[in-house]
Amino acid sequence: MYPSEYRYTKDHEWINIEGNFAIVGITDHAQNQLGDIVFVELPEGGSTFTIGDEFGTVESVKAVAEIFMPITGEIDSINEALEENPELVNERPHDDGWMVRIRYSDPSELEDLMDHEAYEAYVEEESK
Amino acid sequence: MSDGLKKTALCQEHEQLGGRMVPFAGWYMPVQYSGLMDEHHAVRNAAGLFDVSHMGEFRVRGPQACEFLESITTNHVQKLTDGRIHYTLLTYPEGTIVDDLLIYRFADDHYLLVVNAGNIDKDWDWVEQKAQAFDVQVSNESDQTSQIALQGPLAEKILQTLVDSDLSGLIYYHFTEGRVASTRALISRTGYTGEDGFEIYVDNKDAASVWKALLVAGTPHGLKPAGLGARDTLRLEARLALYGNDIDQTTTALEAGLGWVVKLKKPFTFVGQQALAQQKKEGCKRRLIGFELTDRGIARHGYPIVNGAGDLIGEVTSGSHSPTLEKAIGMGYVPIEYSEPGTELAIQVRKKSVSAIVVKGPFYQRTSS
Repeated sequence: MYPSEYRYTKDHEWINIEGNFAIVGITDHAQNQLGDIVFVELPEGGSTFTIGDEFGTVESVKAVAEIFMPITGEIDSINEALEENPELVNERPHDDGWMVRIRYSDPSELEDLMDHEAYEAYVEEESK
Repeated sequence: MSDGLKKTALCQEHEQLGGRMVPFAGWYMPVQYSGLMDEHHAVRNAAGLFDVSHMGEFRVRGPQACEFLESITTNHVQKLTDGRIHYTLLTYPEGTIVDDLLIYRFADDHYLLVVNAGNIDKDWDWVEQKAQAFDVQVSNESDQTSQIALQGPLAEKILQTLVDSDLSGLIYYHFTEGRVASTRALISRTGYTGEDGFEIYVDNKDAASVWKALLVAGTPHGLKPAGLGARDTLRLEARLALYGNDIDQTTTALEAGLGWVVKLKKPFTFVGQQALAQQKKEGCKRRLIGFELTDRGIARHGYPIVNGAGDLIGEVTSGSHSPTLEKAIGMGYVPIEYSEPGTELAIQVRKKSVSAIVVKGPFYQRTSS
């Protein structure tokens, strides 16, 4: 379910490192908790954020969730497909439903994140 | 999670159907099964099945039943005939709202009141206390009664397979006593979705068998079990007020646009009449409006409403993405000068101000009757 090469945050974002870039989205668990997603608000390319900053929001019919930066960096690009098709986040949260591509600076920030096994255990614990 | 929460007689059914259970007004209720949007569209296009057993039912009997109800509610009870239902309000002396409810007339000395789940205890105290001055007996049947709502354009077709009487003869806001799947039931042509449909009242012990029979009969027609999430978006599209959001003990019937159920000239005095007559004479200072967002964003309960100058003028009482209209809609109170349809406002959506426009009437209205 959760790709083994990704890292995960306690706020239910995933991050996938591709060279100097990091792709970020929300996890399957997060999209499932939110329900039908109808609106994703993302920052402009070029904006910079520090790890832990809120950088966007995801809205389902019933709920709003903030999304937080899992790593410090500059927004290289955003998933523009989500403007027309926010349901991609529900349908394919770990790939086509990605949110932002970040040019990051400090790979050591990744050390505090969970791997897929730790995240699965975390989700299970949270659902109890 | 279900600790201390009341469960309906259908709780097991919801869990078997994969319903996501949440606390609501002290009850453990399904918020969704297959998904809010899917359930919402099922109700608009085919049919949906809701457990609304959390609603309260009070029975009023006695020679002064009509006079009693006239004295505590705003609508004109005497105009009801046997088998008819009306929407009405219980009001405080200030003209503000204790609850909104339906009254069913069985006979001139026999009525049923259907009240909101979250208000059962408050309403019961109110009704029981006011009843002391009249020759009536009141009983709270909420704990024995289950209510199942079958809503959608195919509701009649589905229910007809399970009842003997001809449902096409049962018109809107009328009810009949009969059998659904061989079980004694009160069948009411009412609902809270803006679609045609029925509300079916049965004894708790029969609820599961009726629920299952309806699902079996309806599934081939596209019927889906639907949760509180879809119930809320459906009622909002139909611009039906939700007690606790759009109306409450601080809002008057007239401010809420419910003047059509306030019969100030009926030949009975009622609690709140003077205050409401006074407010009608002087005019309301604020009104509950419906609005649509004209820019991207979703307005939600509690978000500030601002005018063109950015001044706070009100608050969103209900707001959501509308699955049918595919835009953001909502309601809220604003000063009367901002309440005309066409008025441009803005909703403060977190850090951003999103443009909105006041609109008239229901956001969604079904085309056929």
